[in-house]
Amino acid sequence: MTGLLGEIAANTRSFLARLGALTRFLGQVLWQVPVTLLRPRLVVEQVYNTGALSLVIIMTCGLFVGMVLGLQGHDLLERFGSEEALGTGAALSLLKELGPVVTALLFAGRAGTALASELGLMRATDQLSAMEVMAVDPMRRVVVPRFLGGAIAMPLLTAIFIAVALFGVQLVGVQFLGIDQGSFWSQMRGAVELADVHEGLIKGVTFGIACSLIAVFEGYNAEPTAEGVGRATTRTVVISAVVTLVLDYILTALML
Amino acid sequence: MARPLTASNESPDTARPGPDERALNQTSKPAAGAGPTADADNVADLTGVDFAIDGRAIFRKLDIAIRRGEVTAIMGPSGTGKTTLLRLMTGQYRADAGRVSVEGRDVATLGRRELYAMRRRIGMLFQNGALLTDLDVFENVAFPLREHARLPERLVRGIVLTKLHAVGLRGAARLHPQQLSGGMARRVALARAIVMDPQLLLYDEPFAGLDPISMGVVMRLIRSLNDALGISSVVVTHDVREISQIADSSYILSGGQVVASGTPAELREHPSPVVHQFMDGLADGPVTFHYPAPDYPAQLLDRSEGA
Repeated sequence: MTGLLGEIAANTRSFLARLGALTRFLGQVLWQVPVTLLRPRLVVEQVYNTGALSLVIIMTCGLFVGMVLGLQGHDLLERFGSEEALGTGAALSLLKELGPVVTALLFAGRAGTALASELGLMRATDQLSAMEVMAVDPMRRVVVPRFLGGAIAMPLLTAIFIAVALFGVQLVGVQFLGIDQGSFWSQMRGAVELADVHEGLIKGVTFGIACSLIAVFEGYNAEPTAEGVGRATTRTVVISAVVTLVLDYILTALML
Repeated sequence: MARPLTASNESPDTARPGPDERALNQTSKPAAGAGPTADADNVADLTGVDFAIDGRAIFRKLDIAIRRGEVTAIMGPSGTGKTTLLRLMTGQYRADAGRVSVEGRDVATLGRRELYAMRRRIGMLFQNGALLTDLDVFENVAFPLREHARLPERLVRGIVLTKLHAVGLRGAARLHPQQLSGGMARRVALARAIVMDPQLLLYDEPFAGLDPISMGVVMRLIRSLNDALGISSVVVTHDVREISQIADSSYILSGGQVVASGTPAELREHPSPVVHQFMDGLADGPVTFHYPAPDYPAQLLDRSEGA
């Protein structure tokens, strides 16, 4: 029994220590953001690396999430005889929940792992240490541009995901299942408010900051071995997913 | 003084010795082993340095002096903290006690800005080269220039090509680090280390894992760069035979302390058994072949331990 309690205490302590380290890391990153913005090229490069290179997977997944939503939504609404509400339902669920959350999960899997393993490998092959000796701050040169790139790319990817998913809903609902095109779009326009769009935007920005931060933190602090880099990559996905879902609940509760 | 390797090794730093002084330093090499005295002839000094990682003592009361204009070798068995020693000199680690000074200034007292200014005058060659994998050879060598100086592209190109020519890899400028052999990667890293015209060059195991030809090339480069640029070099290595040919003075570390120092010739005649074992590469001696273990026959006959 005392063993169990001791283990819980030790785990709690190491969790809190990790959380503290992450918070301090966030402080260091944010402190360097203004200086990094003086070199926009570094940031633009990373927006391309994390954002543009994730486009295909985001758009493919968006299309299929939308199409499934179209099928399920139609089946559900048909029972109440209100198939025309499909556009409204899909738009609201995509804007407020599915868009930001699914994009964040995909982002963690595609861009987050790439960031973590890249930084981990740079650590393992002494590249970060070499920069320090060359009087170049790796935080400023490597970490902050990657963090900013991810944080900027994520809301944009969310918007693209939602747009493609809505096209998927429309494809199934209107083209395949024969809902009236006019009422599909007009009901959607009537029901969706600017506040709903803001909710999705706020979530996208928050998840972007969280997932990018976790990826660069895990990569930068990876153990400098092949095993350590692998572990950092795995942790990036797991922690990002959990944090995204927890944050999603908190943000939803705050904004409803 | 003839300087065949590079044309741009003069910096406006007035605190540095002029070419004449440097030439003087090189010709008047001390016959005796360099003692740990902190004088102006030393580019770096470690005095009474204690250092521990995770409670494990790496150095105890370590004294080392790096003399200006010389090639100093730091030798010792694996795991004696030779790389740690270099990191103490670059300020990446802080000594627990004692003083590490570079160019007469205590590294521990330097603020971040001063520390970075000091590092610009130090070049370091990492064991595996540590080239940035997302840049090609040219951009790797240009990296410190682009980070620290706003120079016109023509000038950057000129400097980088000069440095690459010095290590014989001007033709490899557009290759990527993945396409280089181990020896080539190390020479590119060397070109990068000298691109800012440092006063002090640190080499971490420059010969490890190289074929005999590459080894000879790197060996000659270390000596000729040191003399042509009028700088000081510290070479951390356990390749005794190679370094003995080019070093002016050597230190042998063991158990966190200097066990012997002097010219390569003096070390060969050294009475200490540790030095003798290390210089001649004997498997057993004061540094034992066997990791501490219980009695051999008793352990073999013992049936209780794992069947």
